[in-house]
Amino acid sequence: MPNSTLKRRVKFWTGNETIAEAALVAGCRFFAGYPITPSSEIAHVLSQRLPMVGGKFLQMEDEIAAMGAIIGASLTGDKVMTATSGPGFSLKQENIGFAAMIEAPCVVVNVMRGGPSTGLPTALGQSDIMQARWGTHGDRPVIALVPAYLDEVYTETIRAFNLAEKYRTPVFILIDEVIGHLSERVDLPFDDEIEIINRTRPSVPPEDFKPFDTTWGDVPPMADYFSGYRFHMTGLNHDSGGFPTTDPALCQSENERLMRKVDANLYDIIRFEQTSIDDVEILVIAFGSSARAAAVAIADARSKGIKAGMFRPLTLWPFPEKEVRELAGRVKGIIVPEANLGQLFYEIDRLVAGKCPIKRINKVGGVPIYPGEILAQIEVF
Amino acid sequence: MPLKYEKYLRVNKVPNMWCPGCGIGIILKAMLRSIETLEWDKNEIAMISGIGCTSRTPGYVDANTLHTTHGRALTFATGIKMARPDKHVVVISGDGDSSAIGGNHLIHSCRRNIDMTLIIVNNNIYGMTGGQFSPTTPIGSRAATAPWGSIDPPFDLGMLCKAAGATYVARGHVGAAAPLERLIRGGMKHKGFSVIEVMSNCHTQFGRRNRLSDPVQLIDHIAAKTINVREAAKLSPEELKEKIIVGLLHEEQREEYCDAYARVIAKASASIIN
Ligand SMILES: Cc1ncc(C[n+]2csc(CCOP(=O)(O)OP(=O)(O)O)c2C)c(N)n1
Ligand code: SF4
Repeated sequence: MPNSTLKRRVKFWTGNETIAEAALVAGCRFFAGYPITPSSEIAHVLSQRLPMVGGKFLQMEDEIAAMGAIIGASLTGDKVMTATSGPGFSLKQENIGFAAMIEAPCVVVNVMRGGPSTGLPTALGQSDIMQARWGTHGDRPVIALVPAYLDEVYTETIRAFNLAEKYRTPVFILIDEVIGHLSERVDLPFDDEIEIINRTRPSVPPEDFKPFDTTWGDVPPMADYFSGYRFHMTGLNHDSGGFPTTDPALCQSENERLMRKVDANLYDIIRFEQTSIDDVEILVIAFGSSARAAAVAIADARSKGIKAGMFRPLTLWPFPEKEVRELAGRVKGIIVPEANLGQLFYEIDRLVAGKCPIKRINKVGGVPIYPGEILAQIEVF
Repeated sequence: MPLKYEKYLRVNKVPNMWCPGCGIGIILKAMLRSIETLEWDKNEIAMISGIGCTSRTPGYVDANTLHTTHGRALTFATGIKMARPDKHVVVISGDGDSSAIGGNHLIHSCRRNIDMTLIIVNNNIYGMTGGQFSPTTPIGSRAATAPWGSIDPPFDLGMLCKAAGATYVARGHVGAAAPLERLIRGGMKHKGFSVIEVMSNCHTQFGRRNRLSDPVQLIDHIAAKTINVREAAKLSPEELKEKIIVGLLHEEQREEYCDAYARVIAKASASIIN
């Protein structure tokens, strides 16, 4: 029976619940976390649901421990996730770098609140996006998804697991407190609309296996611990066998390979949405709750005859650079509304490179950006 | 027949990075003999470490091995064990790794009583980073960051782990390899969180600064301070002041964490059927 004749299952969830439910569908069977507002509901749901499907839920002693635990479980072959907010995200950074270095698939959710420090625990912020990009020491590839609507939170959470498995790297889901806590209708996809990707396991016998063997490409096949493929993993620079090396040429080429996993696959990873873009003169670039406000502002502007449009990244890192560069060449101006003091602006400014003026709307008081505030800027551009 | 250690070692990874005479080698051999006696299958063993000289050990062992971040080995090990409760999990960690930066994970692992074996190589110093004082450096000892003698009161790691809930706590030393092997084997056999603290010699970093720069001299120095737990019971706290109590310090049976979680899974799964 074709899907169109079936009714979609509909749920009324919060953003945090949506992430938890989607993670289960994606195959997540291991979660470790530490309580922190505004992300805790993800842990609440998974502490109940994971053991129902034979999965494991762990409340660890801190966020560092939670990050370590999921990497350990990932090495046994499980799909794994942790969820946190600002201060916890800071604590996880060292082990996030470790996961990137040993190429352990994992999903890290950050429900962003106001900062810095303890900041505004119960109110939104969008100020961890540069931390997601640069937070751990050293260079490493970064994938960060920023869904804005709960249908999308559902599908992008599944995609986060798929990307983690496919590229053997940590993947971030960055939503803000507003998205995490708002409730709305979620139209669940049909099973056959959901693609599930699992990491590639080795095809060679154990004696020929090397954990960082790039014979098959930049993403090496990954064996599970206890599967008969005994191997070593270290956060030190390592050779294809997984053992420490200080060989300059090898360190160079392996660091470059890590980056290439993302850089050579941009259009498998990057997703964005463009609204009213064909004849656009005033372009808004926004993500998360700021993009929801911008969508309303743009509709209002259009009804007033102003040619406003939006570019909305769903993948924040790697950033859709080419599209923004192109748009910058054909608009009168760009507006960047965000709940921080100019982090996305920094990236846009770099890409626009003087081709058009940019206006910023920055709010860090814990209140969302309202459509009227964006509309006012569109009108005076 | 004596064990051919090659059976459990990555022979192409030697020579190792340790100083000649370092106690870690004695401890590694005791671990491997324990594994041999227990007939553990290499495919079923995960060995995890943090950062430090001690933490380089897993790289030489032919098992599922993981060299993690400083102080965090137990967190990775907890994830591995929870994901695969039927496997053997062994963690090896220095005194700084386990009780300074990793102190929080140490007490919480003890509290959970998750089934794994933690071997703490206590050489009273930060070996790898050049001999700074650690949470187990005795008061008065010199270290790179205690040139006037350390004033920091040291931990008694055995007491700490027992108080935190570990269900097997033992202490051995590198001057007595056979008893050490028995203590490690006991910990590996024990169901629950087992800690074996091993007093070891870092003659390079601790010894050199404390007139004990020869490995044998330092091992003898450690051995001379030890007293068996049964003998110690007969002495007063005053008489025990400078002593290191060795042997099996504590053993009890208490529900193991993965078993407890299996009960959670059983409850949760039953709720779907009903
Ligand atoms: C987060 C972090 N802080 C500091 C270090 C530097 N560091 C490496 S090993 C070490 C201490 C090792 O001492 P110990 O754990 O006692 O092990 P040993 O070398 O004596 O075996 C330190 C501080 C590090 N690697 N990571
Ligand atoms: S520095 Fe100390 S602990 Fe490290 S290998 Fe040398 S003797 Fe052993």
